[in-house]
Amino acid sequence: MKILKATNIVKYFTEPEKFQVLKGVSFDVEQGEFLSIIGKSGCGKSTLLYILSTMDTDYEGTMEINNTTVTGLNQNQLAAFRNQHLGFVFQFHYLLPEFTALRNVMMPALRLGKYSDKEIEHRAMEKLRLVGMDEYATKHASRLSGGQQQRVAIARALVNDPTIIMGDEPTGNLDKANSTRVFDIFKQLAHDNKQTIITVTHDVDFANGSDRIIEMEDGRIIGTHYPNGKQG
Amino acid sequence: MNWKLALNIATTHLLTKKRQSIIAMLGVTFGISMFIIMISFMTGVNQFTEDMAMDNTPHVRIYKPLEIEDKKIIALDKPQKENDWYVVEHQRPKNELSKIKNGLTLAMQIERMPEVMGVAPQLSSQVFYNNGPVQIPGNIYGIDVKKQEALFQLDKKMDEGELDDLLKGSDVIVMGKGLAKKMNVTVGDRVSVTSPEGGNLNLKVVGIFSFGVAAMDESRSYATLATVQKILQKDPSYVTDLNIKLHDINGASVFKQKLENQLDGVYVEDWETANQSLLAGESIRNIMTFVVCATLLVVAGFGIYNIMNMNIINKMKDIAILKATGFQGADVTAIFMLQSVMIGIAGGFFGLFIGFFFSYLLSITPFPAGEFFRIDTFPVNFNPVHYIIGLFFGFLTTLFAGYFPSKRAAKVDPVRIIRG
Repeated sequence: MKILKATNIVKYFTEPEKFQVLKGVSFDVEQGEFLSIIGKSGCGKSTLLYILSTMDTDYEGTMEINNTTVTGLNQNQLAAFRNQHLGFVFQFHYLLPEFTALRNVMMPALRLGKYSDKEIEHRAMEKLRLVGMDEYATKHASRLSGGQQQRVAIARALVNDPTIIMGDEPTGNLDKANSTRVFDIFKQLAHDNKQTIITVTHDVDFANGSDRIIEMEDGRIIGTHYPNGKQG
Repeated sequence: MNWKLALNIATTHLLTKKRQSIIAMLGVTFGISMFIIMISFMTGVNQFTEDMAMDNTPHVRIYKPLEIEDKKIIALDKPQKENDWYVVEHQRPKNELSKIKNGLTLAMQIERMPEVMGVAPQLSSQVFYNNGPVQIPGNIYGIDVKKQEALFQLDKKMDEGELDDLLKGSDVIVMGKGLAKKMNVTVGDRVSVTSPEGGNLNLKVVGIFSFGVAAMDESRSYATLATVQKILQKDPSYVTDLNIKLHDINGASVFKQKLENQLDGVYVEDWETANQSLLAGESIRNIMTFVVCATLLVVAGFGIYNIMNMNIINKMKDIAILKATGFQGADVTAIFMLQSVMIGIAGGFFGLFIGFFFSYLLSITPFPAGEFFRIDTFPVNFNPVHYIIGLFFGFLTTLFAGYFPSKRAAKVDPVRIIRG
């Protein structure tokens, strides 16, 4: 099942001068697929990811996620959509420093308000356990190391059981051991939970471990590889 | 909108940056407390001056002026024709009593009118107080003691003795503080009073009063109507003034018109005409108070505005991450508005407390007003309405000051912040 369809995505930067970053990018993503987007700096891969994430709405072309056309929705609708269907992991960990790890993970679920606070806390603890951070639940986010923060950020991305998890160089700031850990978590999510993973990465090992690699250059897709053999 | 969550985030933000929150709060506290102190003191002063003047001022006063007759007396019965001249040089007023005709009956009639709270008949005359060989000029007022107490609180102005003592004996008076000092008399002494017509009476001083107005305290004394009638050798219906108090002080000029239309041969005066300078001073003081207070609150508002703006710049990353994980613009606005409002409410209540504390201190601070003012400490008005207004406006200011930065926070573009 196609979980995401991007058709002819075109994006311009207007500053400092008008510049076409994406020159008509089209691709589909299957449910449960672990997809990596690679390419040199400035090839437009991060720009593409932020368009896929629905946070950037200033583009041409259409995009469909989970059978919903998200192109043209207003900011509030998109926020609600992200809240429910998308999870993010960034290169920098971006936890709310005033709150505990557990509270950080609970935050998107509290916003969604689908479950009671008690239930949310229970689910958040489960996600923390999944990333191996359950012992640090009551620690303040600012007291955790980089790798620990990144794992908490992943738990946060997972708390609403989103259909797609997006990562912008999720291992870019981590050492080898932590990178491997994050990779294993993603792999497990894709194959066991059938959640779709889309990451932008520079990390060749990380990309080679995924199901499919999309290589970009100069605003275009120049190649698609299946490093572990084509699936489905 | 999840208010509980927004409130939780807002309080966490405030509690993590305690120092910054407290400084923002102190801005409001300062504004509100100054507002309370200023307005309590200013209205206290206004109230004091007004009481001082108004306690003793009738809202409407009826009296009979002595006027020089315009018409020539000699021509009264004879219609004047063109070639028929009467010339009277330097005509004098006729010997006319300044008595209000049927004064006491008239007083009872006026008292029955719905607008009227009460009417106090009064008999005033110039007299000489004999102090050994020296005569001190002054006025004596014959009053209906009970009515004077009820309407003009004369009993509250007594320094020594009781006003009711006037009713307990005959030939007794109460005397102004300054006058008593001049005469060197105290309660229990006797003074001799001479009327302009030559009537003389020996009176016993049973009380000393002071209004706080030197001109009054140095010339006045009060006695019962009967006593003054006795000094002046007049009949028991002789009264010269009817002092009227109304239920609504602002209806005085209308009521004056009504009386003027009904009465003849007397002069009716309302308090506004008699006290115009006082009223002007009061309204100027009120305007000043409100200008100063509004300025204070606006300054406090700018303080909050600045702090909230800085707060939002510091929290850009957090805002971006909240929006990335699905918080809407309104959620973000709510978080920062709540912070602003909490600062406003906490600062406001604290300000009310500080304001009350300092107004209380002021109200027990001795005020060196001289011996004539009936006042020992600064006049302060503890009106709960001021506290409600202060809180309300403090709240409103923070609402405004927080609104614009919060709206700005809602517009933060997460992509720009996260991508750097």
